[in-house]
Amino acid sequence: MILPPPCPAPLGCSSRRELEAQTGSTMGGTQTRVTQLDPDLVERTGFSPEQINNLHKRFQQLSENKETISRESLNRIPALANNPIRSQIIEAFFDKRNQHGSEVGSLEEITFEQFLMVMSHFRPPTVEMTDEEKEAVRREKLRFLFNMHDTNGDGTITLAEYRKVVEELLSKCGTIGQEAAKEITDAAMLEVASTNVPHMGPEDFYEGITFEHFEQILKGLEMESRMHIRFLDTATVHCGKS
Amino acid sequence: MDLSSRRGLDFFIFCVFLSLFYGSRAEVPSKPTAGVTILPPIKPDSGPQPYPDDEKSNLPVFTMNYPRIQIPFEITLWMLLASFAKIGFHVYHKITVWVPESCLLVSIGLIVGAIMHSVHEKPPAVLSSNVFFLYMLPPIVLDSGYFMPTRPFFENVGTVLWFAVVGTLWNSIGIGMSLFAICQIEAFGVQDINLQENLLFATIVSAVDPVAVLSVFEDVNVNEQLYIVVFGECLFNDAVTVVLYSMFSFVAEMPVVEPVDVFLGVARFFVVGLGGMGFGVLFGFVAAFTTRFTSKVREIEPLFIFMYSYLAYLVAELFAISSIMAIVCCTLTMKYYVEENVSQRSCTTIRHVVKMLGAISETLIFFFLGVVTITTDHEWNWGYILFTLLFAFIWRGLGVLVLTQIINPFRTIPFNIKDQFGMAYGGLRGAISFALAFTLPDNITRKHLFVTATIVIILFTVFLQGISIRPLIEFINVRRTNRDNDTINVEIHSRLMEHTMAGIEDICGQWSHYYWKDKFMKFNNRILRKILLRDNRAESSIVALYKKLELQNALEILDTVSGDISAAPSLISLQEEKKNSTKPKKKFSASDLKNMHDILSKNMYKIRERTVAFTSKHALPNDNQRREILIRRHSSVRRSLRPGSFQTRMVPKSQKYFSLPPGESLNSRFPPTRRSFADDQETMSEVAYPARRSRFGKRSSSGAMMPLHRLDTLKEVSSVDVLNESERGSTGQDSQPRPQRFRRHLSAHDDNGSADNVRTAQDEVEEEEEDRPQASPSPAWAAEPRNDTPRNPLLRRPQWNDKK
Repeated sequence: MILPPPCPAPLGCSSRRELEAQTGSTMGGTQTRVTQLDPDLVERTGFSPEQINNLHKRFQQLSENKETISRESLNRIPALANNPIRSQIIEAFFDKRNQHGSEVGSLEEITFEQFLMVMSHFRPPTVEMTDEEKEAVRREKLRFLFNMHDTNGDGTITLAEYRKVVEELLSKCGTIGQEAAKEITDAAMLEVASTNVPHMGPEDFYEGITFEHFEQILKGLEMESRMHIRFLDTATVHCGKS
Repeated sequence: MDLSSRRGLDFFIFCVFLSLFYGSRAEVPSKPTAGVTILPPIKPDSGPQPYPDDEKSNLPVFTMNYPRIQIPFEITLWMLLASFAKIGFHVYHKITVWVPESCLLVSIGLIVGAIMHSVHEKPPAVLSSNVFFLYMLPPIVLDSGYFMPTRPFFENVGTVLWFAVVGTLWNSIGIGMSLFAICQIEAFGVQDINLQENLLFATIVSAVDPVAVLSVFEDVNVNEQLYIVVFGECLFNDAVTVVLYSMFSFVAEMPVVEPVDVFLGVARFFVVGLGGMGFGVLFGFVAAFTTRFTSKVREIEPLFIFMYSYLAYLVAELFAISSIMAIVCCTLTMKYYVEENVSQRSCTTIRHVVKMLGAISETLIFFFLGVVTITTDHEWNWGYILFTLLFAFIWRGLGVLVLTQIINPFRTIPFNIKDQFGMAYGGLRGAISFALAFTLPDNITRKHLFVTATIVIILFTVFLQGISIRPLIEFINVRRTNRDNDTINVEIHSRLMEHTMAGIEDICGQWSHYYWKDKFMKFNNRILRKILLRDNRAESSIVALYKKLELQNALEILDTVSGDISAAPSLISLQEEKKNSTKPKKKFSASDLKNMHDILSKNMYKIRERTVAFTSKHALPNDNQRREILIRRHSSVRRSLRPGSFQTRMVPKSQKYFSLPPGESLNSRFPPTRRSFADDQETMSEVAYPARRSRFGKRSSSGAMMPLHRLDTLKEVSSVDVLNESERGSTGQDSQPRPQRFRRHLSAHDDNGSADNVRTAQDEVEEEEEDRPQASPSPAWAAEPRNDTPRNPLLRRPQWNDKK
């Protein structure tokens, strides 16, 4: 019923060497551009060549065959129109912090490589990952969420920033949604404060959620099964429509 | 342990002798009590004829007509006996941690059976095929269907069905074939069992029933995927088993099996399964639609749920399609809508009754299993039985291994080897297997052998695997999930993640279940909810959780002052008592609280079916746990308030609570039309509020004291004062004013009509706000910065203080 679309080849980026070896044969004449793009893209993003191929097709579709993609092109995706946090999602693609670098700030346009970098946050874990690797992946995903909140990039989520996101989440609810959003954010913020800084002096005030606190409060959140996308592996199955 | 089981045992022995005594007495005077093969719906066969005609003497002073009541009487005693056993187990709680309840039940059954055997008493022949399929199976299935964790189930529906359907076929055919091979060996002396009978038997023993495993899984918090696969497998596997069973038992009676029959059988398999699903969904929708109109007949509301699911079951039986499928699909379909339509109380009733019926059925079957093990005639064949055990093990293990390899590439989170072990080892056999074996038609020559083998395999798996699975799971350290997710932050972020995932999927143009879920939710919100729900405003799950936390917090506050309330329950105003005369008093305030929540945030845009915690087959969803979380949360909030933390940054925000933008009234944002509730009675009381408020609105002030509003006596007021005083004392004489009071005023605004209600449940928010106003540290509550709505009686609180 809700089975993911059929996907004959086993998924995962289990062994990159192998996949790279496959690249030549499976891709054959259909796609040559990606390999030209950057041979160690596979290495850096962890995607298999087929996945990169698929994503590249989609990228071209979105960018109308240009080298880069802009916010407007993403905004035009009709399926995204009903997503309450559309702006946050799109913004995440243009956020330099999500490029695995140390830069801060936002980009005007992103190239395919940068697009891939953002996508690579959502690779599912593989069976043979060690616990440390899993922990690192989890941190990375949390960081991604954190960055969605922390719009000004100062390393803390302030109440206003947090509230913005919650309001967006509830934005389809009309005015009462906005009211509730405020209260909920306040409650959530207090929750953060009380779990992280249990003994605050009377003069202290809680400035905002730092990443450490963020990790702390979401300790119980199951990310293993959630923040993943099964990127398609085959060149044929591609249901892109824009 | 000794003590408890001893005590329990005394009960049993007493009961048993009681029943035996009467049972044997009854046998003598009654003429052929032929129908002792009981048709359980209480149907005394001799009819009402208290005084036989021939004894036309005097009016007898004392008569006894045992045969008339025998059947229901004995059934009742058996149920009581089994229930006492359950009580007994929990007297010493550590037993049930290490030994699954089913083991204990079987053991008790064995003991009772031994006693009966020693007095040469036959167990009542209660368990006939009809009885089992029409009366005992539906509650069990309804139970597991109703408490199926919906979200994980639909996220893993493919895997669940894969294991349930293909896994069962694999097991049945594998075990059947290998047993057939064994039968060819002359040394065992079972050559007369043909292939069909072997398959039939294999089907019986491949029905897994891992109740014990599930409760272990729940205790150790294994990961959701593993849990739901085992849960779903046991549920749908029953369906498949019963289908196969009816098919094979039909085939087993056929003299010759032609190849055509095999294909017909396969076709029938699908017709039966899909047909059951169709009927289930149909009845589910009808049931949901019906509950849309039950708001005036709350008393019989829960009945619809049972009647419709039972109807689905019976209709499916009528057409000989999978009735288990039908009832499961029916509950899955209607649950979501029904629970929104019916009142809170009805919802609780439904859950309790479902749980209770399921528990009774299962308890009885296990108990009966123990009794039958001793009292029935066995045919023991070492070879056949041992090989059955062996094959059941091997095929189960192989099946899990192979099937996981096939399904893993399609899963986002593949199962690792530990999960697979959990799945394979969790394949306990249970009630269903036994009942199926016991109700085998008599014309199967080796029925006794089959029953014996089934009992052996059940006892073996239930005792050995059931007891050892907990240490094993803990030892191999299966991937676990933290399920204490009841914090607002976690809920917000899981929603955030879901939306993000859906968005990313849209961007990369490939859709998996987030996409489908999104589509379904849209369809659901646009069409289904409009048709099926009375109050179809969608609601975000964040808001739902928030409401829940708030409500529980409010209840908890209620509890903290319940010393006053419960000590003087009679003080609740008569007026209200009249209105709610049918209901317990304490409920009243709780339902009011609910109202208020509905008012506060009923029209959110999307509700997601949220199953809070897994429910074991034997326990109602555990509210205590959530409650504890809340209490903890509450106290932590309190703690953080004391030092008075958030200050400067919060100030601009907090002002929002104390002053509205000029010219804007909050009432306009909360139009009174929104006040439609789940419960008409509640609405009534709601309507009655304004009058009452005007009468003693002045007195009501402190949020924690809220329920005392409706206590119409001076006594109450004084108690309010006491608490208030102490509260104030603890915070230090108004130096740290408790801004609760403000917020209370504010919320009174929110909804003019039911201000009373709103206040309590908002308490938590208020508490949370508490720190912020400290930025303006004057005795703010007295300053009363918002006087734009002086008509609100609550604003006159200072006066009330004076009155003290």
